[in-house]
Amino acid sequence: MSQDAAAAPRVSASPERAGRSRTPLQLAWRRLRRYRLAVVGGVTLVCLYAAMVLAPFLAPYALDYSDRSLFYAPPVGVHLIDARGRLHLRPFVYAYRVVDASLPAYAPDTSRTYDIRFFVHGAPYRLLWLVPSDIHLLGVDSPARLFLLGTDQFGRDLLSRLLYGSAVSLLIGILVVLITFPIGMILGGIAGYYGGIIDNVIMRSVEVLAAFPSFYLLLTLASVLPPTLSSGARLFMISAVFSFVGWGGLARVLRGIVLGIRDVEFVLAARAAGLPDLRVIVRHVLPTTASYVIVAATLTIPGVILGESGLSFLGLGVQEPSTSWGLLLAQAQSIEALTQFPWLLIPGLLIVIAVLAFNFLGDGVRDALDPRQRVA
Amino acid sequence: MIRYIARRLILLGPLLLGITFVSWAAIQLAPGSSDYFQSLVLQYPQISPQRIAALRAEFGMDQPPLVQYLHWLWSIVHLNFGYSFAYNVPVAWLIGSRALNTLLLSVTSLVVAWALALPLGIYSAVHQYSALDGALSAAAFVAISVPSFFSALLLLYAAFWTHLLPLQGLTSVDFDFLPWWDKILDVARHLVLPTIALGVFSVGGLMRYMRTNLLDVLRSDYLQTARAKGLPERAVIFRHGVRNAINPLVTLFGFELGGLLSGAAFVENVLGYPGLGRLVLEAVLKRDVFVVMGSLLMGSVLLILGNLTADIMLAYVDPRIRYD
Repeated sequence: MSQDAAAAPRVSASPERAGRSRTPLQLAWRRLRRYRLAVVGGVTLVCLYAAMVLAPFLAPYALDYSDRSLFYAPPVGVHLIDARGRLHLRPFVYAYRVVDASLPAYAPDTSRTYDIRFFVHGAPYRLLWLVPSDIHLLGVDSPARLFLLGTDQFGRDLLSRLLYGSAVSLLIGILVVLITFPIGMILGGIAGYYGGIIDNVIMRSVEVLAAFPSFYLLLTLASVLPPTLSSGARLFMISAVFSFVGWGGLARVLRGIVLGIRDVEFVLAARAAGLPDLRVIVRHVLPTTASYVIVAATLTIPGVILGESGLSFLGLGVQEPSTSWGLLLAQAQSIEALTQFPWLLIPGLLIVIAVLAFNFLGDGVRDALDPRQRVA
Repeated sequence: MIRYIARRLILLGPLLLGITFVSWAAIQLAPGSSDYFQSLVLQYPQISPQRIAALRAEFGMDQPPLVQYLHWLWSIVHLNFGYSFAYNVPVAWLIGSRALNTLLLSVTSLVVAWALALPLGIYSAVHQYSALDGALSAAAFVAISVPSFFSALLLLYAAFWTHLLPLQGLTSVDFDFLPWWDKILDVARHLVLPTIALGVFSVGGLMRYMRTNLLDVLRSDYLQTARAKGLPERAVIFRHGVRNAINPLVTLFGFELGGLLSGAAFVENVLGYPGLGRLVLEAVLKRDVFVVMGSLLMGSVLLILGNLTADIMLAYVDPRIRYD
């Protein structure tokens, strides 16, 4: 798919394009929009991030809401036709009836219908920590429950927790990129620019870090985080751990690029003008690596999302009561839970969707910015 | 060639030293209150402080950290990896069999992934833009986006309802009483699920690389020459195309192995497979520091050997490469 798109710019070298000059960024943007999969990925991500911001509004229940009598309840059925065959204009649900509390087994209580209502008042929350509100998009009257994706072992609504948990899963990739990339760029730039002993020290450190199976190191470092950290601090520390393990690859590639352009005229000119070394590196050398860095950043994020889900899945990442997709998927780890309550697998599906969207977008960005690096 | 290998092995020395240091430092970062002996006190309040101190001294944990490190380093040189706190057996016992199991799983996955990815990638490149090529490319994208713990869970779900394959572990309960051919068969049956769970990820990536490389080669001039001199298309693609497209993939081998070792950690935990990844997880949770350090060291040794193998293989596959 990317092949025909890559060929497209050549075909469309039409007069209207020759008439107006465009910046490289505009050209790249035009190319990016041609890749259907990249657009699909981008739109998916916009939706996911929008849902993350609006989570308290979209979620029918609060993060800590639980109905212990309805643990492992299956997804509630949304109906239009009731038990007596009458058609309703509004979708409705039935309340759960506990058939056997020990299995557990539930059946819909068809004696009464509960309309799904919009913009209902519910648990209070603050949107973006600022706007106080208690309006939720969807809701039903008690005793019915709107568990659209079922509940976990404590009777907590899976859909609501997925929406709240998306914050961790979607933000950690960006956070890690924000920490890793400045470090990797500066160290890679310094190593390539100075060479000699500094280069040797930095590159040998990179080699030592690269010699570990990365997840073993992540696991060990995550396990030494003090359990008393607040959830925000913990998220930050986990990002720091990812950055510590991940800066090497970037530094190595950037060192190679910088080594190649260190003695090009514009760098010599900057040096001759008397600029301090660090300024030459940051303002003149590193900007030439921009297209590589942008592509690498887009393709780093999905890796980090996978890593965080993995850590949380094994219980070393995000801790209760806050949550993430990996932690939610961890509930499906026992064979009993997995086979009897398969809706617990849904968080895994969301991880796949988010990672796939980032991979689509990253692939398109790579083709648009840096066609030389293309892989299929 | 032999000189090259020898030089690589000599350079391993400083690298290994760095690895031991990071392995040690990583676990030292833990706050002092949460080491193994402290957690013993929490679990069994009846243990006297003197007994804890004696235990600490027995494992050499009463020394200053740097002395502990040098001590550990000195014993590693003698291939003594220390004792596990939790099991009170030499770490080498614990790690040895686990590392072999992980290696078995990783290598099986690697072989399966290559056996699948190469033909699929070749087909995709030769039939570029065909419907099947599109489908395969899309499938490859999905494959690289599925975390191995999720694929393991899905396989577990499928295996539970179909009753076709054993769900957990590496051997059946009656393994010790089976004749040797049944033993092999038993292990093979247990390997199916973890291999698929782990291999799916690699197949996607390798296939994409194979397709791109082969497409590049297929556009090259020497392939036109091969066609022009009247070679059948099959020979052009396989003897000249694939042969050249495969070289960059060999360098990926070491990289792949690193990914597989990491991915294996999840699969082992989900499918109850007795490997190194599960040992690391158990050990970090218990703060069994010698086991953690030993496993980290073992994992990186496996990875380094994998990379070395890849380099040597590349020299064989690509005669243009000279190591002098």
